[in-house]
Parts: sequence; structure tokens; C-alpha cells
Amino acid sequence: MQRFVFAFIAGGLFGAGLFLSGMTDTDKVQGFLDFFGAWDPTLAFVMGGAMLPMAIAWRIAKRRESAVLGNALPGPASARIDGSLIAGSVMFGAGWGLVGICPGPAIASLSYGGPMLFFFIAAMLGGMALAPKVRERLDKWVPAE
Amino acid sequence: MDIDWVWGLFGGLLIGMGGAVFLLFNGRIMGASGIIGGLVDRSAGRSWPERVVFLAGVVLLPVLLWPLKPGTDTHITGNIALLLIAGLLVGVGTRLANGCTSGHGVCGMSRLSVRGIVASLSYIGAGAITVALLRHLLGVI
Repeated sequence: MQRFVFAFIAGGLFGAGLFLSGMTDTDKVQGFLDFFGAWDPTLAFVMGGAMLPMAIAWRIAKRRESAVLGNALPGPASARIDGSLIAGSVMFGAGWGLVGICPGPAIASLSYGGPMLFFFIAAMLGGMALAPKVRERLDKWVPAE
Repeated sequence: MDIDWVWGLFGGLLIGMGGAVFLLFNGRIMGASGIIGGLVDRSAGRSWPERVVFLAGVVLLPVLLWPLKPGTDTHITGNIALLLIAGLLVGVGTRLANGCTSGHGVCGMSRLSVRGIVASLSYIGAGAITVALLRHLLGVI
């Protein structure tokens, strides 16, 4: 039960932050990516603000054996740079730049994003369902070592 | 407006606090694409209710906080083809890369993860090139 309470608190903070920061406004997101136009730095402030509590949390996590509710904490970060990390991130970035929406804000603006948002979300969910098959193909071209 | 960056910083702090709660209490990394994607491809297994509750919080809080910023507009494009192509790219891409702006960006970079930093530079670079080409060269977006 407690896991659900804290999952809701975490999701709530995430949704509140995305809404209040302006990150569900596609103009502000595309404005951040528009280095050759009227550059909008808001996203950098959001990212900076978010990394602060998160960096503290990682420091606390390092000193702990397990999470407060008893489950395991994530292991150390992998440093493996592979084709799917780069190819996937480039694909994601292209889609992100195209319309100014990424997965978090898509969900956060569900209640006020209007009907057009559903086209994006439907395609995103479809893409997520296809991803394991795409990864298989990619591994055949560029075998993971 | 001048106060945009203040809202940005404040909202960012809330996002980071959400990630901190999810990490320290639930032992999980707060990555939107991973949380959603695990439900879509069923790799979530028994963690699915926790993910659904998390997402419910993401949807619900903007509704409750609406009076703080009434009339917030997403300025989403009306071009359906563009939305479908972008959604597909975001869906496949984030799952191949195992993360998006929240997982690789907020959670990864804040622990100086090499994968998080490389992924973030890649998607910001690709996003910037996309906007440069399609806005300034072709005038499509």
C-alpha cells in the first residue's frame, strides 16, 4: 500500500512540475531547441532545477542498503555506449523537435492537451510496442558484443 | 515573459523532488518512457499497478493545480501527419535508448551517468537539428 502512496506522490510532483514549469507548452520546448531562432532558455532552468534534488537523492541512495520501503535500490549506472542508445536518442530527439512533446509532458497535459494530443500519444504507444522488434533488427545489423 | 524562468526553476525542483521520492522510497528511477513503455510491452510484470498509480498522479495534479496557471496552452500543432510521425519516433526511440528527458536527463545526468549524458546530448542535438532544418530551412514547423 505504501508503495502506491509514494508512487502517487512522486507522479504528482512530476506532473505538477511539468505543468507549472511550462514544459507542456510545445512552443517553449521547441524554443529551447531553436538555437538559430528566438532561443528560449526555460527548459535549461527546468533541467537544472530538477537535477538539484535528484543529485542529493543519489548521494543519499549511495549510503543506503535499500530504499525506505525495503525494496532494492537501482544498481550503479552502466557506462555502456551502444548503437541503440545513440540511434534511439537521435530518433527520440527528432520526434521531440518535430512537435515539442516528450513522454512525460504528453501524459501531464492529458487533461488539457486537446484532441490533437491523442494522435501523438497513440503513435507513441504504438512505437513503444514496436520497439522490441526494432531492437532485434538493429542487433542483427550491429551485433551487440 | 520574464517570470518564465522562475516557473521553470520552481517546476524543475518539483520534478526533481518527484524523482527523489520515487528513488528513495520506491527504489525506482523516474523515467516517463520506461514507466509507460513497460506497461505497453508488458515488461513491467508485477510492477504494473505501481506504474499506473504513478501515471495517475502525473495526470491528476495538473488538473488540481489548474487555478495556479489557468488557460495554460500546449500550442500543439494541428498537423496530424507530423504528430503521428513524431509520436512513432519518440515511442521507438525512447525505448531503444532506454530513456528520455526524465530518465536519461533528470535522473541519469544528476548521477553523472555516462549513458545519461551521451543520450541527452544526442536527443538535444537531434532536436536542435530537426528544428533548424524544418523551421528555418523548410519552414514546415
